Amino acid sequence: MFQLSIADLAQRLARRKCSGLELTRHFLDRIRAHNASLNAVITLDEERSLAAARAADARIAAGEAGPLTGIPVLHKDIFCARDWRTTCGSRMLANFVAPYDAHVVARLDAAGMVTLGKTNMDEFAMGSSNETSWFGPVRNPWRPSAVPGGSSGGSAAAVAARLAPAATGTDTGGSIRQPAALCGVCGLKPTYGVASRYGMIAFASSLDQAGPMAKTAEDLALLLSAMAGFDARDSTSLEREPEDYTRELTRPLRGVRIGLPREFFTEGVQPDVAKSVEEAIAVYRRLGAETVDVSLPNMSLSIPVYYVLAPAEASSNLARYDGVRYGYRAGEFGDLTDMYERTRAEGFGAEVRRRIMIGTYVLSHGYYDAYYIKAQRVRRLIAADFAAAFERCDVILGPTSPTTAFELGSRTDDPVQMYLSDIYTIAVNLAGLPGLSIPAGFDSAGLPVGLQLIGDYFSEARLLNVAHQYQLASDWHLRIPQPFAA
Amino acid sequence: MNWETVIGLEVHVQLSTRSKIFSGASTAFGADPNTHACDIDVALPGVLPVLNGAAVAKAVRFGLAVGATINRRSIFARKNYFYPDLPKGYQISQYEIPVVQSGSVEIVLPGGGMKTVRLTRAHLEEDAGKSLHEDFHGMTGIDLNRAGTPLLEIVSEPDMRGAAEAVAYGKALHALVRWLDICDGNMQEGSFRMDANVSVRPAGSDKLGTRCEIKNLNSFRFLERAIDYEVRRQIEVLSDGGVIRQETRLYDPDRDETRTMRSKEDAHDYRYFPDPDLLPLEITEPYLAEVSAAMPELPAQKRSRFGSAYALSAYDASLLTGSRELADYFEAAAAGLSAQGAKLVANWITGALSAKLNEEDLDITGSKVSAAELRQLIERIADGTISGKLARDVFDAMWTGEGSADAIIERRGLRQISDSGELEKLVDEVVAANAAQIADYRAGKAKAFNALVGQVMKASKGKANPQQVNEILRRKLS
Repeated sequence: MFQLSIADLAQRLARRKCSGLELTRHFLDRIRAHNASLNAVITLDEERSLAAARAADARIAAGEAGPLTGIPVLHKDIFCARDWRTTCGSRMLANFVAPYDAHVVARLDAAGMVTLGKTNMDEFAMGSSNETSWFGPVRNPWRPSAVPGGSSGGSAAAVAARLAPAATGTDTGGSIRQPAALCGVCGLKPTYGVASRYGMIAFASSLDQAGPMAKTAEDLALLLSAMAGFDARDSTSLEREPEDYTRELTRPLRGVRIGLPREFFTEGVQPDVAKSVEEAIAVYRRLGAETVDVSLPNMSLSIPVYYVLAPAEASSNLARYDGVRYGYRAGEFGDLTDMYERTRAEGFGAEVRRRIMIGTYVLSHGYYDAYYIKAQRVRRLIAADFAAAFERCDVILGPTSPTTAFELGSRTDDPVQMYLSDIYTIAVNLAGLPGLSIPAGFDSAGLPVGLQLIGDYFSEARLLNVAHQYQLASDWHLRIPQPFAA
Repeated sequence: MNWETVIGLEVHVQLSTRSKIFSGASTAFGADPNTHACDIDVALPGVLPVLNGAAVAKAVRFGLAVGATINRRSIFARKNYFYPDLPKGYQISQYEIPVVQSGSVEIVLPGGGMKTVRLTRAHLEEDAGKSLHEDFHGMTGIDLNRAGTPLLEIVSEPDMRGAAEAVAYGKALHALVRWLDICDGNMQEGSFRMDANVSVRPAGSDKLGTRCEIKNLNSFRFLERAIDYEVRRQIEVLSDGGVIRQETRLYDPDRDETRTMRSKEDAHDYRYFPDPDLLPLEITEPYLAEVSAAMPELPAQKRSRFGSAYALSAYDASLLTGSRELADYFEAAAAGLSAQGAKLVANWITGALSAKLNEEDLDITGSKVSAAELRQLIERIADGTISGKLARDVFDAMWTGEGSADAIIERRGLRQISDSGELEKLVDEVVAANAAQIADYRAGKAKAFNALVGQVMKASKGKANPQQVNEILRRKLS
């Protein structure tokens, strides 16, 4: 049952071949059996999950089911879920129980999805390897000594190991797409503003966006149709007509122009990754797509720009964790300043502290113009590069990450090397565009390779179509890491 | 050396919206601690601000009233600092581009003249919560009810030249925001708080001296005293050859002095940057037209209309436009009266009525004599039914609830005696009884005449028409 897509599971539920309760028990059993080796799920509340499954079954029985009713889902622990512990992977919130639902959680609840639990993540979504979590690293289901990517590493590993049919993630600089690539699953970051950020714990507000992670592009389309939607509580949420993101899945690819930015095909890419991407391009040509060479000349600036803007926003967003109202407070302290300092030194891990310091620095008097203002200017140039590219193509294709999964601990002492693993994903967030990653092969060591597709604003349905057509012509997305195949 | 004082004011005006500027929680004053603080006010993880349109409308209304530029696009910024009653660790404010820019306020100077105080800007921001230091035994309590209350910070140019001018400006602004119905003006509850930037310079110099900012003055009396103290202090320091350090100071009303709060070196680096959670505030032309159409007649417009329509002096007109309620009272009382009658109404409001209100610490809305009741009294003076002198007694009786002017005049028999026969008789009696004074008068002592008129008035219990008494007496003695 764990091998079935959401669409297939929904059909079984509709035909009463299984119940939502059975489905939920099945995945809870898998989590109990396999999570210890992965550390992907950090919070379970079986009674709550089973109650939700029973409610979903009642809906199915009453003939009021939608395409997601009764389907279990894991939420990245960055989403507030009422009465669920919501930690954001941090000691700071290790005991925080959210009193309200994030908009995304509420929408999936309303669709009848059953929350199975909360997934591990890099602390406050700051990381590309899931090693910054207060709850310990997540391991890659394809190789336990390797990282799953980050920051949505728990969600990616859980879907890869089939501990759940789907999971939510968030993507600020690649945090959905990069772990999806490293774990061999599918992940979509929508256009900025398509999914509400309300209740999603902020890292860098102008970049953060929620999205689905699942086994297939079709499942992503089903999930996004439920997650997306205007929310008056998020001023950056876009007021648009609801969309059925599955509507273009079956469209043939004849005539689609696929842009290949020369900056994505350089020597920095691991040869096995480059080879898989080339093979995928060949598949697309066979499917009738055309390829065109495009250029994103300012792409190389995206990492420095990101590491000015994201920490700047984070330094302010994380100021609320001060030990005064909720969350961690240092056990012993002298005066107020001492309380702040100890609380934040003890409550935040090293990477979060580093980014708060970078952000504080770049916003400081005398540095603001040289860093923040200049970075904003370059951000507009990067967006303009994409706009120019989309004059000539419908989607942009390239690797999601320059390498496959790397070994745990191999980059923790070298933040710049770590930051480079997001080199192909960050520009998409800076421009606010939609992007997704799908499995496109394996390297010689048997680790998955991710293929990234980037679209113009609001072209999610088209992107999913391009991804789905590839999956009809390939089976990379159906592979399951051996220990989890039974 | 002669010194000139230079003052600019920053005033925090609490906008009278029902809910907060970025959340739906109530702004009502006086609730139990933290009962008007929602998820957003407490800054729970994941919450986001949404701008309250009513606060914007009030800011724009103010901008239009002071002839300011309304920026079509203004930006909300984060002002970052740590304090226990600042839940997010930053205050959302407007920094580089405020919604209201420039403009001016006309003030009436203590000596009677007028002066224009230029405004630099007015921007929207949220208030912080409150730290409670009592009752917590070595700890501090935090009340977030006030957190997120909408404020309009109105910043003036350094155009005032003394405490009295600063007070006049403060009062004019206070009257204006109440007039516009954008602030309840309640100073005890902190709805109108002033910071004064004070410096001195040698008279005749056009260079500004180093300023000190006195924070959080919540009464005009404290504003005046704090400035007076600060000016004395600065002159003293400079006269002794010292220098003024730029700093923030607090006024202590118990000791009547200002004290250092923090020096410039300790000033926070607020790390302002545009708030990525909020879109730029866009003001469209149709929106502006809508706010403009809903504007009440402004004090200045009303002042000049009162001057021309009722022939009031500039001074009376400015007194009567001190608040919208007072102006409304005047217009209701003067309705249908001649220009002369209106002038009488003005005199009565600024005289007898104001005295009563002051005595009982009421404002015009608490007046025990309604505008229509006052008008009846004025009509009886104008048509000669009672003398102005007796009218005062009638007014006092009206105030204590004895009824309308007509009823009191009737009941007390205060109708003026204008019957010449009756008056002649009274005059004859007085003339007969005061031979000595008549002799004085005839000997050229003009004063004696007034004494005789007084005798007649006394005999009539004040009811005699003084004009007629004068004429009759003069005739009898000639």
